[in-house]
Amino acid sequence: MCGIVGIINTDRNRIDGSHIREAIRIQRDRGNGLGGGFAVYGAYPENRDKYAFHIMYEGNGHSPAVSAVEDYLQSRTHVYQSEQIPVYPHDRIPRGPYFKRYFLKPIDEFLSPQQTEEDFIVETVMHINTMPDAFVVSSGKDIGVFKGMGYPEDIADYFRIEDYKGYMWVAHNRFPTNTPGWWGGAHPFTILDKAVVHNGEITSYGTNARWLEMNGYRCLLQTDTEVISYIYDKLTRRDRLSKRDACFVMAPALWEDIDRRGDEKDRYLRQIYGTAIVNGPFGIVLTHKGGAIVLNDRNKLRPVVCAQAGNTYYASSEECSIRLLSPEVDRIWSPRGGEPVMIDILEEYKGAA
Amino acid sequence: MNGMANNWKVIPPFHPAFDLDRCDYLNGCAICAKECSFGEISMEPVKGRNGEVRYRPRANLAACNSCQRCVKTCPQNAIHIEHQPMYTSHGYWTPEYASNIWRQAGAGGGVLLVGNGATGPQKRYFDHIMFDACQVTNPSIDPLREPMEIRRYLGRKPDRYGEEIGPQLKLDVPIMFGAMSFGAVNKRVQEAEARATQVSGTYWNTGEGGFYKDLRSYGENTIVQVASGRFGVSEDYLKSAAAVEIKIGQGAKPGIGGHLPGEKVLKAISETRMIPEGSDALSPAPHHDIYSIEDLRQLIYAIKEAMDYRVPVSVKIAAVHNVAPIVSGVARAGADIIAIDGFRGGTGATPLQIRQNTGIPIELAISAADTRLREEGIRDTVSLVASGGIMCSSDVLKAICLGADAVYVGTPVLVALGCGLCQRCFSGKCPYGITTNRPGLAERIDVDQATFALTNLLHAWGEEIKELMGSMGISAIEALRSNRDRLRGIGLNQEELRILEIKHAGA
Repeated sequence: MCGIVGIINTDRNRIDGSHIREAIRIQRDRGNGLGGGFAVYGAYPENRDKYAFHIMYEGNGHSPAVSAVEDYLQSRTHVYQSEQIPVYPHDRIPRGPYFKRYFLKPIDEFLSPQQTEEDFIVETVMHINTMPDAFVVSSGKDIGVFKGMGYPEDIADYFRIEDYKGYMWVAHNRFPTNTPGWWGGAHPFTILDKAVVHNGEITSYGTNARWLEMNGYRCLLQTDTEVISYIYDKLTRRDRLSKRDACFVMAPALWEDIDRRGDEKDRYLRQIYGTAIVNGPFGIVLTHKGGAIVLNDRNKLRPVVCAQAGNTYYASSEECSIRLLSPEVDRIWSPRGGEPVMIDILEEYKGAA
Repeated sequence: MNGMANNWKVIPPFHPAFDLDRCDYLNGCAICAKECSFGEISMEPVKGRNGEVRYRPRANLAACNSCQRCVKTCPQNAIHIEHQPMYTSHGYWTPEYASNIWRQAGAGGGVLLVGNGATGPQKRYFDHIMFDACQVTNPSIDPLREPMEIRRYLGRKPDRYGEEIGPQLKLDVPIMFGAMSFGAVNKRVQEAEARATQVSGTYWNTGEGGFYKDLRSYGENTIVQVASGRFGVSEDYLKSAAAVEIKIGQGAKPGIGGHLPGEKVLKAISETRMIPEGSDALSPAPHHDIYSIEDLRQLIYAIKEAMDYRVPVSVKIAAVHNVAPIVSGVARAGADIIAIDGFRGGTGATPLQIRQNTGIPIELAISAADTRLREEGIRDTVSLVASGGIMCSSDVLKAICLGADAVYVGTPVLVALGCGLCQRCFSGKCPYGITTNRPGLAERIDVDQATFALTNLLHAWGEEIKELMGSMGISAIEALRSNRDRLRGIGLNQEELRILEIKHAGA
C-alpha cells in the first residue's frame, strides 16, 4: 500500500510545494514513515537547458564519494554550477545523507557515435549509481526530486519544499513491503525527465527486469518503480512508441478483445513486447516534461482517482487529497483498469517563466 | 552349454496374481489372456469337481512388464501385479545391473533396447522448485472471476517496434504435443493428437515418420519434422503444415539416430515414409548434410525459401552439456523456434545406456539457454520450447518461469491414452494399442475417445496453470517467462541455484 498524488497545470503556471505537502499529508494512513518524496517540474527555470543532477551521498560533504563522483562528472560533462541542497533537520528527521545538485551538460566529444545526449546522461547516471555511497536522485532538466526516510510531510519540511515552485508536482507516501526503506529507495524514482510514483506490487518484476537488462538497463534498486520507469523510457524514448502504445504494452487489452477488434497493430505490440507487460496491482502517475500519464493495472487492483479543475489536473490514490486542494472540480472520475489518462501540457512557458 | 543355461535366467520382477475366488474363469472368461499382448498369461486346463476341464489364468513368469493391461481390463477386478524383485546380497551389484549382463552374455541380447524416458535416480529439479503466492501486499487473482490469459505466440520477434514480425504459431494453451512418428505410434494416435490440438488451439508434431495423407486436413495444427532420415519429406509435406521442425536430436537419445524395425513398417507406413515395406527405417545419427552450424543455417534457409517464409522453422536439439552456446548458435543460424529436449524425454526405442546416461535435465538446460540468449541480447529473436520429463501442469509453468515460451509433452499424451509405462514401445506389442500398428492391437485405440482424453488433458492442465498463475497474481502468462523471482529452490546447492538463477527458499 502506498499513497500518490499528482498536480498538473497544463498552462505551466507554477505553484509552491505547500499544496502538495497538504495533499499527501492527509493520506498518512497509506504510508508507514519509511519513505516519502516529491518531484517538481519547473524547479530550475533559469537552468532549464542543463541537466539538474540531485545526488545523494552517504556520510557528509567530506565523504570520498563526493570527490569521486565529481571527478567522474568533470571527466565527461561541463558542470556549470554545483551547490549543496539546503536541508532543515527537525525533531522527526534529525539527520540524513548529504545532498548536492549539479547543473551540467555532456561534452559532445565524449558522445560515442550514434549515442544521443540523453543516452549519454543515462549512462552517466547508471555509472554513478554503481559507485559506492553515491546515488543519483534525479537527473532531468528543470526537475528536482526531494525524498527520504520519513512521512512525506516531514520530508517536505526537511527540504522546505514550499521554497520551490513548479507547474507539475507529484508526491509519494511509502509503505514498503518488499525492499527495505532507505533514503534512495523512497519515491519518486526518476530518469532524465521521467518520474514515476507508484502504488502497488508488480508480480512480473522478474520478467520485466530481465528484459530491461537485456536491453542495457541495470535494475540496481530492485524496486517496481525503477522497472516501470525504465520500461517507459525504453518504449517511448528508445523505441519511439507513442504514449498510448507504451501504456498498451504495459497494460494490454485481452487477447480476445484484440481478436474481436481485429486490431493487428495491438496484436503486434503485445506479441513483440510480451515481456514488458506489467502484471499485478499498480496505480501509477508517470510524469515527463510534456505532461503526465495515469495508469492502472488491467484488473484495477489499486485505487486512482482523477479530476480536472480548469487547467489543473489531479491524480490521487484518494479523493480526499483532491477535495482538500480544490473542493469544487469540473470533473472527477475513476479511470478504468488499463485505460491510460494522458494529460498534455503546453510545450513552453507562456511569457516569462 | 545346456548346463549353464540357468545361470543366465532372468525372471521378470513383475507378474500378475489372480484372485481365483473373484475370477470368472468358471464361466469361461479369458479376457486377461487375450488382452496380454506380451504372452505372460495363459489359460491352463484344470479338472473340475465332476472331472470336466476348466481353463484358469496362470502367470507364465516370463514376460510381464507391469503394463497393468490385465488389471484394468479384468471385469471382476481379480488381478493385481506383484513385484517380486530378485535380490542380491551385494550392495553395489544390484539385480538390475546383474540381469542386464545375463541378458547380454547368455541370451546374446546385444545392445539393450528400451522405450519411454530415462528412469535413473538423477535429481528431478522440478520437485525442488516451489512457486511464490500472493499474501496481503498484493492480491491473488481468482481465475473464476477474472480473465486469465495463457495464450502464447511462438516465432521470431523483432527487437523493437516498427520492424517486421516473423510468422507465428498461436497457442491457446502453452502446451504442444511433441514429436512421435507415424510408425512409432499408429495413425489412430496421431489422428487423436491432431483433433485434440485443433479443438484446443495448439499443435502436434508428426515426428520423423512423414505425414499420413489422411491426416493432412489437420495441417493448420501440425508441425512436420525433417530429421536425418528425411522420411516422407517432400514439397507437399512441408507445405501441408503450420511449421517445420528440423530434428537434430532427442533427449532420450542425444547423438544417435532413430530405428524403426522392419516388422513395424507396414503398407501405410511404407507409403508415408517413402520406403519399401518391411525394411528397417534407420535415421542416421547426424544429418548427412549437417556437419556444422553453417550447414544447419543452409537447411533452415532452404526450408524457409521453399516455404516463402510463411511458416516458422523450428530446430529441436537434445539438452547436452553445451546447450547454451549451441542454442545461441542455432538462434543466430536463423531458427524461429528452438525446442530443447531434456534427458528424461521419451522414446520408442533407444539403447538403454544412452537413455540412462546421456544428456542433462531440462530444468537446467532451459535456464542456461534462456540466460545465454538474454546475455547476448537475442532472446526475443527466437522462442524456446522445453520438453523432456514434464509430468504435470506445474512442471509446465516452472519451465516457463525458467525461461521457456511453451512446452512439448510426449509421454503425458501416451499416459492420457492409457499407457502403463512398461517401456516396451519398441516391441510392437503395446497392449494399449498406442505404439503398435498390429491389427488387433491398434484397434484398442478409439479415435473419438482418445481425442476426448487428450482434449481433457489440455483443458485440465490449462485450468491448473490458471489457478497457479492466479495465486501468483499473474493474469497473463507472458509475465512469467523467465520470472525466476517467483521461484524458490529447496535442497539445492549454490551451483544449482546459480544455474537456475533462483534463490533458496527463505531468501
